[in-house]
Amino acid sequence: MKVTLTLIKREFLAYFRSPVAYVFLTVFLVAATGLPWFLGGFFESNDAGLRPFFIFLPWVFLFLVPAVGMRLWSEEKRSGTWELLFTLPVSTWQAVTGKFLAGWAFVSLAVLLTFTMPVTIAYLGTPDWGPVFSGYLGAVLMAGAFLGICSAVSALTKNQVISFVVSVIICLALVLLGWSAFNELMLALNLPVWLVDTLANFSFVTHFEGMIAGLIRLRDVVFFLSLMLFALCLNVLVLER
Amino acid sequence: MIQAFDLVKDFGPIRAVDRVGFEVNKGDILGFLGPNGAGKSTTMKMVTGFLSPTSGRAEIGGVNVQENPREAKRRIGYLPESGPLYQEMTVFEFLRFIAEIRGLRGGKAREALDRVSHLCHLHAVRNQPIETLSKGFRQRVGMAQAVLHDPPCLILDEPTDGLDPNQKQDVRRLIASMADEKAIILSTHILEEVEAMCNRVIIISGGRILVDETPRSLIRRHPQYGAVQMQVLDNEHGSARETLLRLDGVHDVEARDEHWLVLPDRGIDDLKPRLWEAARREKWRLISMHDAPLKLEDVFRNLTRPDGESAEERSPPGARNKGSAAPA
Ligand SMILES: Nc1ncnc2c1ncn2[C@@H]1O[C@H](COP(=O)(O)OP(=O)(O)OP(=O)(O)O)[C@@H](O)[C@H]1O
Ligand SMILES: [Mg+2]
Repeated sequence: MKVTLTLIKREFLAYFRSPVAYVFLTVFLVAATGLPWFLGGFFESNDAGLRPFFIFLPWVFLFLVPAVGMRLWSEEKRSGTWELLFTLPVSTWQAVTGKFLAGWAFVSLAVLLTFTMPVTIAYLGTPDWGPVFSGYLGAVLMAGAFLGICSAVSALTKNQVISFVVSVIICLALVLLGWSAFNELMLALNLPVWLVDTLANFSFVTHFEGMIAGLIRLRDVVFFLSLMLFALCLNVLVLER
Repeated sequence: MIQAFDLVKDFGPIRAVDRVGFEVNKGDILGFLGPNGAGKSTTMKMVTGFLSPTSGRAEIGGVNVQENPREAKRRIGYLPESGPLYQEMTVFEFLRFIAEIRGLRGGKAREALDRVSHLCHLHAVRNQPIETLSKGFRQRVGMAQAVLHDPPCLILDEPTDGLDPNQKQDVRRLIASMADEKAIILSTHILEEVEAMCNRVIIISGGRILVDETPRSLIRRHPQYGAVQMQVLDNEHGSARETLLRLDGVHDVEARDEHWLVLPDRGIDDLKPRLWEAARREKWRLISMHDAPLKLEDVFRNLTRPDGESAEERSPPGARNKGSAAPA
């Protein structure tokens, strides 16, 4: 436990030792708050809620979480520090969870820094706080699921560009599967409804929807958590191969 | 303390390490020699538990590295080959991180940090980010990291690589000072280093152990082992050379620019007294006489020359002899 904490601390602080963290936070905040302003008609919508903000989040995560995740293991492999790390008395599982949790904390920090959004709606009207909280919970869980995948992918290669591109493609698939336009397309192609539904069930969007609406369903939480767990197990396997 | 049993490592079709086995006890410094790509680093990576062997096993103080890696790794200090470090951290941040992972906290950590920064002369750069350090200083940080927890086993992959002559000397002294209470393996391309520090040498080539012995017995493999250099004044007719050649125990006399190189017969290790005796008898005017300077490098080259012969066939010490006895 102490070892994992030490690893988390080092990894988390490492983000702030380079300009990467600040660039990332800035881009994320601009994208996550800008998109709903300009594309989502955040002002025009009369319901004092964060729905327009949350709707865009999966798309923002799609590019920015792989940007955080790509360096997790690729960087260690490229610089050779994983040789140092794995000759210290650290188990692969500890190293993987340590790095993942640090990255997750970092992305969660980025998500929490969008607090200006709820502050704005609170200023403009009287929001329903339920969906705001459940939406944020969902956002953090979804970010973790994205990051888990990116972490496992980054363990496959020492090339950060490859790591980024592959992560984006996998995450894109997981977003698209639940995107309504995409589902309608699949139905239009005469795919059976049950298949489309099953596929949609694997999507981040499907499970995030409920949380935006204020529902914290066990199966959604379990989906995100088990996806993370699965990705981390894969990550350990890849490293131990 | 450190034991390797028939370690094998395949990278795809390449066999990088082929049945390497050895044992290093407390008080030993084992020098790993071998040409580039011989498998030295790969062997070390298996012993430290970073790579898992294709077959065979390694044990640290009786603990199997594959079965109980964390326990084994606790007892090892390892300096990887090109000194990979977390570049963005400062020297002390990095060492503090290693200390914490190693379970050293509070006063103990501070003590350990003081000790290694003194040993490796790191005090002046303690707050400098590692990426801004020169190569030699980075190497020292790697060394500091390896000895931080005062481990019973040290595995150092080219510890003096990239250091200036003073620092090389310092690191050698540091390693030698720890020799008594530790088992140490180091790899190097500097042969004098092995002569100066190690009490065991393993030469590997193509993944296989060619030689595992002491530096002193290694030097016996030198083609000129036991030879004597002598310089005699006046001797236009070459009569002294004739006399020498007839002398019991003299195999050959080679003329070098100023002196002769007298090569002994096989098994003769008291050539010098015999030559003294002859010089006195013949009333030669001797200018100098001393053991021929032998370089371990020649032995190394002989053993590892990539000329297609197998190691056993490469001019062993007895090759120049009349007798057909097998080499020792
Ligand atoms: N990860 C790897 N994948 C494939 N081959 C490898 C890998 N690591 C090492 N090898 C191969 O294994 C062989 C031994 O390499 P190793 O690094 O152990 O040599 P070395 O004795 O340390 O050489 P040097 O003196 O140059 O450091 C080489 O042929 C090398 O190409
Ligand atoms: Mg090497």
